[in-house]
Amino acid sequence: MFLWVIQRDLLLAMRQRSDVLTTLFFFIIVVSLFPLGVGPEINMLRSMAPGVVWVAALLASMLSLERMFSSDYLDGTLEQMMLSPQPLILLVLGKALAHWMVTGVPLVLISPILGFQFDLQTDALLVLAVSLLLGTPVLSLIGAIGAALTLGLRGGGVLVSLLVLPLYIPVLIFGAGAVEAVSAGLGASAHLSLLGAFLLLSLVLAPWATAAALRISIE
Amino acid sequence: MLKVSNLECVRGERSLFKDVNFSLEAGELLQVNGPNGSGKTSLLRMLCGLARPAHGEIRWLGDNIRSLDEDYYNSITYLGHLNGVKDNLNAIENLRISSALAGNGIDESTAYASLQKMGLIGREILPVKVLSQGQRRRVTLARLLVSDTVLWILDEPLVALDTSAVLLVKGILEQHLEKGGMVVMTTHQDINIAAIETKRLQLN
Repeated sequence: MFLWVIQRDLLLAMRQRSDVLTTLFFFIIVVSLFPLGVGPEINMLRSMAPGVVWVAALLASMLSLERMFSSDYLDGTLEQMMLSPQPLILLVLGKALAHWMVTGVPLVLISPILGFQFDLQTDALLVLAVSLLLGTPVLSLIGAIGAALTLGLRGGGVLVSLLVLPLYIPVLIFGAGAVEAVSAGLGASAHLSLLGAFLLLSLVLAPWATAAALRISIE
Repeated sequence: MLKVSNLECVRGERSLFKDVNFSLEAGELLQVNGPNGSGKTSLLRMLCGLARPAHGEIRWLGDNIRSLDEDYYNSITYLGHLNGVKDNLNAIENLRISSALAGNGIDESTAYASLQKMGLIGREILPVKVLSQGQRRRVTLARLLVSDTVLWILDEPLVALDTSAVLLVKGILEQHLEKGGMVVMTTHQDINIAAIETKRLQLN
């Protein structure tokens, strides 16, 4: 059942590739604009790189949040899922994971290449990718709560950002912090461990909160 | 098996209906009638647990459906007035996915056979978005052919269907009732479905 949900959402994403590509290109363009706008001052670029990449990743994952449940809500498939004999929590977890595979994984893969534009060292590039690998699933899981709460509301897209962005702050701080720590010659393990802890915490709590929010929204 | 007592539905400040009582046993059909806006859809959504009644309770085999939750969903199939099919998937994918999510996975040949019964062969690999309204409805209704649940809750199942499809659905429902299933449905069409007992509920 869990696998069916993931398989279904990936299949839908394959059929509608523009959704996936918009997120990826948004990320690439936002990150690339900074070196162009700020100028070729290498030290400055290096020090701002982690923050820029991470903020762009937050915004890119926000872009597609609204669609996580709303298209299923509009065509009635969400209703059918809620009447499934399987626990709703599992289903929500499947949808959040599929969202991450479609929007988070491409960002993780492309981030080392974008990091080159900021003249990041190899170890910093690696940590950047690892921090995104740990952090982007958290974005999808927390985002699912916001998407479920604003389901069916007018102007839901803006409301989602207001609800969810403040909750992203810890992930941003430790994600960007990990890369900065490596660039400064300190180890990134403390930051990465905290990101891992956020991931575990949101894996446990977010599906439960999302399921509760969906039950309220669908009534 | 299904027992509803003193059910009340409130929308905003208005009470749509109250003191609705009925019970349904194996092989029985309940037809819910009433003008537009009388709360037929709200009643059906309450019956399948999507909406919470303002007052009263719904019992399945003696237990409140609120406490049964996922166990109850093993026994019901709900078709709402939204089709519940994904536009970008084809009929076979839609049918297989919705059955799997309903806890009753089917293989491709079973899906093919039930789509054939619904008269959709030749169109089973087209994305559903290019099908007509009536054909989409047929894809939705194909779920009934593969469902193994006891209680079917159907909201306007005959909408957009042509006469041959209406007869087809009538046949499916009669077969289900004959096997001891139960059906709760709303419809504005005049069809006569044979059942052990047909109950009618008038909302106004």
